[in-house]
Amino acid sequence: MGPNPKMRKEFFDSTRSSPFPDEVLERVLSLLKSHKDRSAVSLVCKDWYNAESWSRAHVFIGNCYSVSPEIVARRFPRVKSVTLKGKPRFSDFNLVPENWGADVHPWLVVFAAKYPFLEELRLKRMAVSDESLEFLAINFPNFKVLSLLSCDGFSTDGLAAIATHCKNLTQLDIHENGIDDKSGSWLSCFPENFTSLEVLNFANLNTDVNFDALERLVSRCKSLKVLKASKSISLEHLQRLLVCAPQLIELGTGSLMPELTACQYAQLENAFNQLKNLSTLSGLWEASAPYLPVLYPACTNLTFLNLSYAFLQSHELESLLCQCPHLRRLWVLDTVGDKGLEAVGSNCPLLEELRVFPADPFDEEVIHGVTEAGFLAVSYGCRRLHYVLYFCRQMTNAAVATIVQNCPDFTHFRLCIMNPGQPDYVTNEPMDEAFGAVVRTCTKLQRLSVSGLLTDLTFEYIGQYAKNLETLSVAFAGSSDRGMQCMLEGCPKLRKLEIRDCPFGNAALLSGLEKYESMRSLWMSACNVTMNGCRLLAREMPRLNVEVMKDDGSDDSQADKVYVYRSVVGPRRDAPPCVLTLSGL
Amino acid sequence: MSSIPKEHDYIGLSEAPSMEKISDKLSSSSSTLSTEENINSKSSSTSLNLKETELRLGLPGSQSPERKLILPAAGVSLFGKDIDTNSTNGYPLGPLKNLVSGVKRGFSDAIVGSSGKWVFSGSNGSEVDLGKGAILFSPRGDNGNSQKSCVAGPAKKDDVAQSPKPVLEKNSQVAAANENSSAPAAKAQVVGWPPIRSFRKNTMASSLVKNNEDVEGKSGYGCLYVKVSMDGAPYLRKVDLKTYNNYLDLSSALEKMFSCFTIGQCGSHGLRGQDGLTESRLKDILHGSEYVLTYEDKDGDWMLVGDVPWDMFTDSCRRLRIMKGSEAIGLAPRAMEKCKNRN
Repeated sequence: MGPNPKMRKEFFDSTRSSPFPDEVLERVLSLLKSHKDRSAVSLVCKDWYNAESWSRAHVFIGNCYSVSPEIVARRFPRVKSVTLKGKPRFSDFNLVPENWGADVHPWLVVFAAKYPFLEELRLKRMAVSDESLEFLAINFPNFKVLSLLSCDGFSTDGLAAIATHCKNLTQLDIHENGIDDKSGSWLSCFPENFTSLEVLNFANLNTDVNFDALERLVSRCKSLKVLKASKSISLEHLQRLLVCAPQLIELGTGSLMPELTACQYAQLENAFNQLKNLSTLSGLWEASAPYLPVLYPACTNLTFLNLSYAFLQSHELESLLCQCPHLRRLWVLDTVGDKGLEAVGSNCPLLEELRVFPADPFDEEVIHGVTEAGFLAVSYGCRRLHYVLYFCRQMTNAAVATIVQNCPDFTHFRLCIMNPGQPDYVTNEPMDEAFGAVVRTCTKLQRLSVSGLLTDLTFEYIGQYAKNLETLSVAFAGSSDRGMQCMLEGCPKLRKLEIRDCPFGNAALLSGLEKYESMRSLWMSACNVTMNGCRLLAREMPRLNVEVMKDDGSDDSQADKVYVYRSVVGPRRDAPPCVLTLSGL
Repeated sequence: MSSIPKEHDYIGLSEAPSMEKISDKLSSSSSTLSTEENINSKSSSTSLNLKETELRLGLPGSQSPERKLILPAAGVSLFGKDIDTNSTNGYPLGPLKNLVSGVKRGFSDAIVGSSGKWVFSGSNGSEVDLGKGAILFSPRGDNGNSQKSCVAGPAKKDDVAQSPKPVLEKNSQVAAANENSSAPAAKAQVVGWPPIRSFRKNTMASSLVKNNEDVEGKSGYGCLYVKVSMDGAPYLRKVDLKTYNNYLDLSSALEKMFSCFTIGQCGSHGLRGQDGLTESRLKDILHGSEYVLTYEDKDGDWMLVGDVPWDMFTDSCRRLRIMKGSEAIGLAPRAMEKCKNRN
């Protein structure tokens, strides 16, 4: 189909507007969901920029300080759904002080004025107070979806406000937050005529909820598809809930501690039998062997099994996996051992994602967990594996090379050898060749976390081969500035670089001047960067925010923690005293 | 090379027929199968006053009235016909078929009668005869390897090769396998490493502690938590020694905690029951599977549990370790050497 010459002429005629009426263009563009696509579309021409802006219903802000809520509201007038991320990822590991910032409240104030019909808010690593939650509940009458992941600063009082006021709520997803869990009474705040809930995840919480209120809630919310309960929900409670909600697609159980009589056990088994549509199973706190079989009838259609809070042994895992022929995602604790992972390899041919967490990561004397053997076993059996997060205590270059031979499609390769700077335990060499193999073989790699003893060679490999890499995490690695330089000079798609405890100094930091504007952020802590280096960076690159946090008792000239990010709004004004904002001006 | 056919229990009461120490049961090479008379004899009261110092870890005995053992439905067991789920040898099956407890090749466990003695079930101690339900700990006839073992039990009449030196030399015990964990000083934890989110960290920590609170605590002089590790187990447990009154209680608690590991290992050998089980296969399995309960005392020495009166033990015990008999220093220097070589 050749281009219509007449249209082409009109199209290139800059005095005419687009051949399509704006409404049509908007309509077409509204079908675009990916924000990357939308960004690309908005750069075509002014008309398209406008049409895209008017048709954007969901906005994703990866760094809350890169832009202001006013600018967002000005550009996108009709947003119904916002995703907002705040603190640097290393705040999850206590490397960022609590009062660092990322307060959601200023955003809510602007949204209340500009997006009164806001329906969805998803926050990650933001500071959220009870006042903010109440403000949200009261000011947005259409509010439907609230998701809080890794946030902190609020308590169950805030949840009570949400439950009380959000008449149209469909999703309440409270996940891995630093929440002040005062009481379970928030759950009783849902009005008796409230029936719209589809997703309820309160696995984060510990205090007992009023079970009767929960049971009534679950009974009357006929559209409930996702229910993830907290530990306080016993097996007996679970059975009653399941009876009310056989339509569940995702279930997070409460505690699986044995407390049932034989009769209750049978009832529970029956309840699980009714769950024909279950695709995700999680929770399983304190799962103990006797009760696992009760889950079996519900496992037939499972695609995601999260056992990362269940201390299972290899044979228990194997028995469970035999019931799940369609498993695509599996999270486990390393208590299952290499044997358990062999069972994974044997029983899960469709597996795409595996996460193995350490049960006792801080105890040095733990002898086993998982090793390279387990990972190898999985790679032989699960050729579709593309996402792995693996905590182990020993690894070899040869094993990793074989693993990526078996599974060349990795997009996310996160390997954590828990002892910092540990070499290949067989050859005693650095783990350079392992990660070299990863980046060479896995051309689709988007995310990489490295560990073990690594020289600059690893980073040469990464810079040279990791053409699609977007997120890179480095710890206790590298030999000199050259390592970081390689990363910054290579890796054309790099967006997030986080580095800790590496011998990279000012020369390394300053080698990426232009690069940082194409990245979301850079984090460097416990490296060799000085205040002068940071000041130089700030001076050379005025559109970057360069923030430094100092550790207690450190040398004046050392820049202990450095956070660099691009921003269109300049240095932030809400930085606490511990954060030094270096301005280039 | 074993030169002493006669067994001595390690507090020198070689003649007491009912005295069987844990080391007997657990050593890989000394096959301390209790003889018929031992098993069948209900305790002699002579052993009672030494009960405190006895730590018997043995296989569940069929004459044990106190223990309710739940067998796995699928054969993860050496126990001949005991694998049969309808076995009535004092092994009632609960509804919880998959719970495996008490049926391990490890250091557990049956306490027979009032003697506090743990014996092998099945009556035939002298033969590796699974058909009769004998439960073995040690391969018999393993004559050449006795130096790895720990203490001998009462004098046995049969072919069992005994460890040459009794436990008296406990001070020479330095678990060879212990070297990699030799008293690590508490290493300063690196902040934020390994990278695990707080929520997960806190949940794990509280679950680990909670698991260890299964045993009823007693009020008293506070807690005395010691770590318990087991060779081959993927993680440690902690126990509060104050919650136990005697070695018996401790052992049953440990057995409960670690049963899953030994069973796991059982399973890994593909053991499926008495059919097809040959003696040599059994030996293979058992070689790696006997366990000895040891502890590190205040001086940093590794001792066999059970040597000293209970109170003395709780005062001096810093750490517990369930190690493979084959790696246990035994008390013989050669054993230690041999273990070192293996590592």
